[in-house]
Amino acid sequence: MTPVEAAQRKFERVNEIIEEHGREQSALIPILQEVQAEYRYLPEEILTYIATAMGLSVATVFGVATFYAQFSLSPKGKYVVRVCDGTACHVRHSMRVYEAIRSKLNLRDGRFTTPDMMFTVETVACLGACGVAPAMVINDEVYGKMTPEAACAIIDTLLNRDGEN
Amino acid sequence: MMIGSRDELKAHAERFRREMAAEKKRVLVCTGPGCLANGAEKILQEFQRHAVNAVGATRTGCHGFCEVGPLVRIEPDDVVYVHVKPEDVAEIVETTLVRGEVVERLVYRDADTGAAYPKESEIPFYASQTKVALSNCGAINPDDIGEYIARDGYQALARAALDLSPDEVVQEVLASGLRGRGGGGFPTGRKWMFARQAKGEQKYVVCNADEGDPGAFMDRCIMEGDPHSVLEGLAIAARAIGADRGYIYVRAEYPIAVARMKNAARQARTRGLLGANILGSDFSFDVTIKEGAGAFVCGEETALLASIEGKRGMPRPRPPFPANEGLFGKPTIINNVETLATVPQILRRGAAWFRTIGTETSPGTKTFAVTGQVANTGLVEVPMGTTLRDVVFGIGGGVIGGKKFKAAQIGGPSGGCLPEQLLDTPLDYDSLKKAGAMVGSGGLVILDEGTCMVEVARFFMHFTQTESCGKCVPCREGTKRMLQILEKIVAGRATLDDLDILEQIAWVVKESSLCALGKTAPNPVLTTLKYFRDEYRAHIVDKKCLAGVCSAFKSYVIHPELCKGCGKCRKACPSEAIAGEIRHPHMIDAAKCAKCGACAEACAFGAISLE
Repeated sequence: MTPVEAAQRKFERVNEIIEEHGREQSALIPILQEVQAEYRYLPEEILTYIATAMGLSVATVFGVATFYAQFSLSPKGKYVVRVCDGTACHVRHSMRVYEAIRSKLNLRDGRFTTPDMMFTVETVACLGACGVAPAMVINDEVYGKMTPEAACAIIDTLLNRDGEN
Repeated sequence: MMIGSRDELKAHAERFRREMAAEKKRVLVCTGPGCLANGAEKILQEFQRHAVNAVGATRTGCHGFCEVGPLVRIEPDDVVYVHVKPEDVAEIVETTLVRGEVVERLVYRDADTGAAYPKESEIPFYASQTKVALSNCGAINPDDIGEYIARDGYQALARAALDLSPDEVVQEVLASGLRGRGGGGFPTGRKWMFARQAKGEQKYVVCNADEGDPGAFMDRCIMEGDPHSVLEGLAIAARAIGADRGYIYVRAEYPIAVARMKNAARQARTRGLLGANILGSDFSFDVTIKEGAGAFVCGEETALLASIEGKRGMPRPRPPFPANEGLFGKPTIINNVETLATVPQILRRGAAWFRTIGTETSPGTKTFAVTGQVANTGLVEVPMGTTLRDVVFGIGGGVIGGKKFKAAQIGGPSGGCLPEQLLDTPLDYDSLKKAGAMVGSGGLVILDEGTCMVEVARFFMHFTQTESCGKCVPCREGTKRMLQILEKIVAGRATLDDLDILEQIAWVVKESSLCALGKTAPNPVLTTLKYFRDEYRAHIVDKKCLAGVCSAFKSYVIHPELCKGCGKCRKACPSEAIAGEIRHPHMIDAAKCAKCGACAEACAFGAISLE
């Protein structure tokens, strides 16, 4: 596949998503959500493309894409680890869990994603799983009653699983 | 099959009831957020694998008592099993489903008295609750519209669409005194009346399901456990104001709730309970489920509308109120999930019945998510006006681990911290407002003596500062400056002047912010200043954190005479700050230590302490 063909194919899928939702501005957020589900982030050239296709200014589309916490303009890891830091989890020491995972994966300073693109580690303000605080979610799997050791063991399991493949 | 009239609705209800009665026993497996995270799906699969004749096993929404989950209830015996594991299922099937006896080891026992409570209705946690909004939650399969209809579902909509005029629907809700369960407590009937009176061909109803308050999960549980009650409530609202289109704006962090709501809408559409000429009336209505994208401010109604329109979720000044100019500029009402789930019950059982529960100015019940350092974490529903003490110590079982109660944080980042001397405050809109807090969404986080109230204030300010949309100056700049001062205080670098400035800014932000996010953001600071000022002073003047939480004032020390050199602390340390040889006392490198306390927790010999 030549680079041009690759680019065409990339926009083809975006076109399908836009067709499905229509070109009204109220469709913008669902479109961005679906595009992000496809690419795991919002590539800049696709945002520009969406703006043109929907007849919106690029600033409007970037404004929306950067306003909401769900959207990411940089690629995320294969496993997105979100440690809940809602009130219930916070008072049951969720930050210890978060720090332990960051330390284990050697994520320091402003880094949230490992260089091998395996893990992104973030906090989230309440998953609604306060009953099992502190909670953590990896992609769609929720883990309750976390401790630093238990969380690190889960990371190990994922690392091993991928090591075998 | 379509349900085209009231008679057909009644016939369906009869049929579904018969079908459910044909099952001699029903196993209800809680798949609420807590039990789900503890493996409830596997338990359900096990029950389905061990199928027994005339026994149905089904998933349900939250049963409420998250602390002892995963929960399994067996009807009609009302037997509840706690902390159930997949490997317990075979025994439950053999003993309870086949022989009709109770598995004693899985029954709930009171931690203090040791008394066993095999039946749900007898467990103290449940006994003093009154379930209205949660009445179906945990009792029905949320993915089956039939089970909702069997429990008189959509009868209220039938009454609203066939027996009452739109004005009469508004009057009934007005008379009930129902107030918004999402935060402000504005009378729901009045909101509907304004939108009813507003001129315009096109009107909208919107369900605010953007439950963003950390520590609140009742809306999630209602949507996941009883989605049709929300749809029915929204349809009744639409009938009242003359709307034919509704939106349900669900928080992005709740993928299961989104799926359940979408499935419920699909089923209602197939049965003709959404769509044109519902139940043969002149009323037509349909809904769209919208997913949020992760912005706390979208819980504010005008920001939520902007988000549905595909814009950045920023609030705008009111008036004009959404009742006159809302979604796409049309008259719109926005109601919260719990409010709407209550509406069908009011229409079915009448405003007078609703007023028999709760207080004069706050009728009905309110759900609370009781979490934090409390013995019985869970979702509860009590009559308005129940005291904080009854919820925390009665239902909640008091503070966990025998520690002392310090405060109850109510209403999330918009609410406040209530100290011990206010434990007898009745939980209703007006009493809580007087105490400087608010009902908010109903998040109730219990804090024990080991909690630093200044740190709690900093935690909430960090949250609101991050979530401030940046449109108005008081909120954008004020929350930032307040956070800076709070960070200075917990770091031991603040002066008493900072405390004055903090209080001044707090009032300015409260008075002059554009929306409720900013107006309420200072509440955690103001209530902790009011009730726990000595803790602020201790940080500033004595350079001490009374709760021993703030790491700036402490360092961890290993006592060589107690240390066995087992190396557990070294392994537990996330900062690699501990060194030492096995069987020799270890040492902490103060420069590397992040003061997280993991080592002290890991030590089996009590050799590490905070000095």
